[in-house]
Amino acid sequence: MSKNPEFVKFDKVDKSYDGKVLVVKDLQLDIAEGEFITMLGPSGSGKTTCLMMLAGFETPTHGEILLDGNIISNIPPHKRGIGMVFQNYALFPHMTVYENLAFPLRVRKVEKDEIDKKVDKALSMVSLSGFETRMPAQLSGGQQQRVAVARALVFDPAVVLMDEPLGALDKNLRESMQYEIKHIHESIGVTVVYVTHDQSEALTMSNRIAVFNDGKVQQLSNPAELYEKPVNSFVAEFIGENNTFNGEVIDIAKDKCKVKLENSEILANPISVKSKGEKTTVSLRPERALINPTDKMDNMFTGKIEEVIYHGDHTRVRLNLLGSSEFILKVPNSTSNLELKVSQDINIGWNSVDARALDPK
Amino acid sequence: MSSETKQILTTDGIPLEVSLKKAEKKNKIKAFLLVAPLLLFLIITYIFPIGEMFTRSIDDKMITNMLPKTFKEMESWDGQELPPEEVFSAFYYDYKALVEKQEHGKLGQRLNKEKNGFNSTTKRLFRNIKRKKIDESISIKEQIIKVHPNWNKVEYWQAIKRTAPPYTLAKYLKGMDMYYAPDGSIVQVDEDRRIHRILWLRTLEIAFFVTLFCFLMGYPIAHLLATLPMKYSNLLMICVLLPFWTSLLVRTASWMILLQQQGVVNDFFVMIGLVADDNRPEMMYNKVGTYVAMTQILLPFMVLPLYSVMKTISPSLMRAGKSLGGTPFVAFWKVYFPLTIPGIGAGCLLVFILAIGYYITPALVGGASGTLISNQIAFHMKQTLDWSFASAMGLMLLTGVLVIYWIYNKLVGVDNIKLG
Repeated sequence: MSKNPEFVKFDKVDKSYDGKVLVVKDLQLDIAEGEFITMLGPSGSGKTTCLMMLAGFETPTHGEILLDGNIISNIPPHKRGIGMVFQNYALFPHMTVYENLAFPLRVRKVEKDEIDKKVDKALSMVSLSGFETRMPAQLSGGQQQRVAVARALVFDPAVVLMDEPLGALDKNLRESMQYEIKHIHESIGVTVVYVTHDQSEALTMSNRIAVFNDGKVQQLSNPAELYEKPVNSFVAEFIGENNTFNGEVIDIAKDKCKVKLENSEILANPISVKSKGEKTTVSLRPERALINPTDKMDNMFTGKIEEVIYHGDHTRVRLNLLGSSEFILKVPNSTSNLELKVSQDINIGWNSVDARALDPK
Repeated sequence: MSSETKQILTTDGIPLEVSLKKAEKKNKIKAFLLVAPLLLFLIITYIFPIGEMFTRSIDDKMITNMLPKTFKEMESWDGQELPPEEVFSAFYYDYKALVEKQEHGKLGQRLNKEKNGFNSTTKRLFRNIKRKKIDESISIKEQIIKVHPNWNKVEYWQAIKRTAPPYTLAKYLKGMDMYYAPDGSIVQVDEDRRIHRILWLRTLEIAFFVTLFCFLMGYPIAHLLATLPMKYSNLLMICVLLPFWTSLLVRTASWMILLQQQGVVNDFFVMIGLVADDNRPEMMYNKVGTYVAMTQILLPFMVLPLYSVMKTISPSLMRAGKSLGGTPFVAFWKVYFPLTIPGIGAGCLLVFILAIGYYITPALVGGASGTLISNQIAFHMKQTLDWSFASAMGLMLLTGVLVIYWIYNKLVGVDNIKLG
C-alpha cells in the first residue's frame, strides 16, 4: 500500500469564533499517511482550533478538511473514526480501565471476544496489562495518560489526535512518555497529529512540525531543519535559544551579507533579505558561537562576561558583545573547561553561515 | 536488628505518645467548645422537642394516675366477666376523689374516646355521688350498676382496663386507621372511615410526582447552567434562585392568582380558544394546584445539587465519548448521565423529603383533594387539640423519611450524594 501524501488535507481553512477575528487564516496543510506531525505554537496561535476542526468539535468558517480524499467538514465527530487523546486525559471516571478501552469497541458493536483481544493488545502496548479492573482514580498521572493513549488507539483509527497530552505530567515522566508515544507510533504506523506548546517535545517526537503563530503556519519542516534553518525570526525565536542582532544590510552577495549594527558590522547568511538597505534581524544559535576559536571564522569579536550560570551538563555565559548585554553562550561541560569569570574579556567567533539574516522583528 | 519497639521520648523526657495525646486533647476540647453552642441549640430546638413529641404521642398516664386503686384491683381480674366487688368499690373511691378535685370531667372525656357512651355513664355516677345517693356501707357494685345500665356491661370495664398501662400505641394505630377492639386485638376502622390511609398514600404520591416533575424540569436547566458561558449562566442562575428570595407565602399566593378559575392561566386558555369561557377547568383547590405550585417551589432544591455536580464534569468527557464513536445520545447516556447520579440522588432525596412534609402550599392551593398528611397534623394541633395524635403522626412521618433515607442508602449509597 503506497502512502498517501495528502491523507489529511486542510484546504484554505479559515476559522473565526466571533466574525471579527480570524483565529486560523487560510490554512493549507497536507499530512501524509503514517506521519507524526506536530502543531507547535504559543497559546492562542490557532493550533488547538485546527485540531478541534479535524476532530469535528468545531466547523471551519471557510474551506474544507479532507480525510483520505473525502470532505469531512459535515461529518459529526462520532462518525469520523478519529482517535483523540485529551489534555486532561478525559478518562471516564465511573468506568474501569477495561470499560474505558472497551467503550469505542462496544459502540461499534464489536463482539465480546474481539473486544477482550483488542483491549488486551492495547494495554500491553502501553505496558499496563493487568490493570483492567482498576478505576482511573486509582492510577497515577502517567498511567492515566497511557490508558488514554491506548483508548484512542484501541479501535484502530486512521488518525490519532493528541491535544497537549503530556502537559499535566512532571518533567521526567513527560520525557519518558515522549519516547513511549514515539515508539508506539513507529510500531503501528498510525497517523498522529500532535498539539503542543513545548518545543522540545515537538523536536523529540515529530516527523514534521508545523509552527503556528497568529493563525498561520510559519514554517512546516522536519525538526532538524526547523532548528537549524528557521525561515523567519518568529520561528528562530520560538524554537530553541537564540541570539539576535538588529541592523541594516549594507552589502549583499549570493551567500553572504554585511549587516551594520549600531556601532559595528557583522557578516551573515542572507535568508529573507534581498537587497541593500533592508532592515534585518540576525539570528545565531548560542552553541554556534565558540570561545577562542582555533579555526578561522569570519566573525571574530571580543566580549565581556556579565554572568556565568552553571547548568550541570553545560554552562551558560552571558556576555556584553557588540553593544548588547544579552548575548548568550553555551559552553559544554568538558575536562578542558576554561576558567570563566565575570567581567573577564574573551574572544568569540562564529561562521557567517550560522548567522541567519531574517525578517526584522 | 531487634524487633523491640523502643519508646520514643521527647526532649523533656516525656514519652512521645503521652505528649501527643496531651496536645491532641487540647485540640479536641477547643473543637468541642467551638461547636458547643450549636450542639446546645440543636439539643434544645431539635432533639428535645422530638423526644417530647415521642413521649406525648405514647403518653397515657392521665387515667393511670386518676384511677390508681382501680387498676391495682384490676390486676387480679381476668377481664372476661363483670369485675368483682373490689374493683367496683376501688373505682368508686377513685372517682369520688376525682369529683372532690373536680377532675371527673376529664376522665369522662378520655374514657369516651375509648368507648362511646362513657361520658354520660360517668356523668350519671357523678350526679349520684354529688347527691350522696351511694351508701358506702353496702355493696357498691350493685348500686353503681343501678346508676347506669352500662356499668353492667363488661365492655366498659374492659375499656377501663385497657387504659391501665401508662403508655399506649393507640395514637399510632389511629394514624393508620386502626384501633384496639374491646378484646384488645387490633382491627381496622370501617372502610369508609379510613381517611388517614388515603392521606398517607396521597402524600407519597404527590411527593413522588413532584420529585419526578422537578427532576424532569431541573435536569435540563442544570445542564444549561453548567454549560452556558458565565454571563448567561449567572443570569439564569438568578432566575432559578429568585423563588428562594421570595417569601413562600407570596409565591403560593401568586399561584392562587394565576390558577384560579378567573385567573390569568384560565383567561389565557379562553383567549386562545383552548377551553370555553363557561367551562373553565379547575386548576386550584385540587391536586393540580398542589402539583404545579409545589413543583415550582421545590425546583431550586433539585437544580442546585444537579448543577454543582454537573459543573465538575469536564466537557472533554462528552467530547471523548463522541470522538470514540458514541453518538451524542450514547455519549450522554453512558458517560454524562452516570456521572450526574450523585446529583440526581441528592436532588431527588431533598425534594422528596421536603415534599412529603410540605404544609403551607397544599393548605392554600390544595383544597380537599390536594391536602397532605402535614395538613392533617396541623388540623389536630390547632382544631381538635389532640396533640398526642398530631405528635404520633409527626413521628410516623419522621420515621417514613428515615426509612426512605435508609432505602436510598442501601440502593445508591449516601457517599454518592453530592450537595455541592
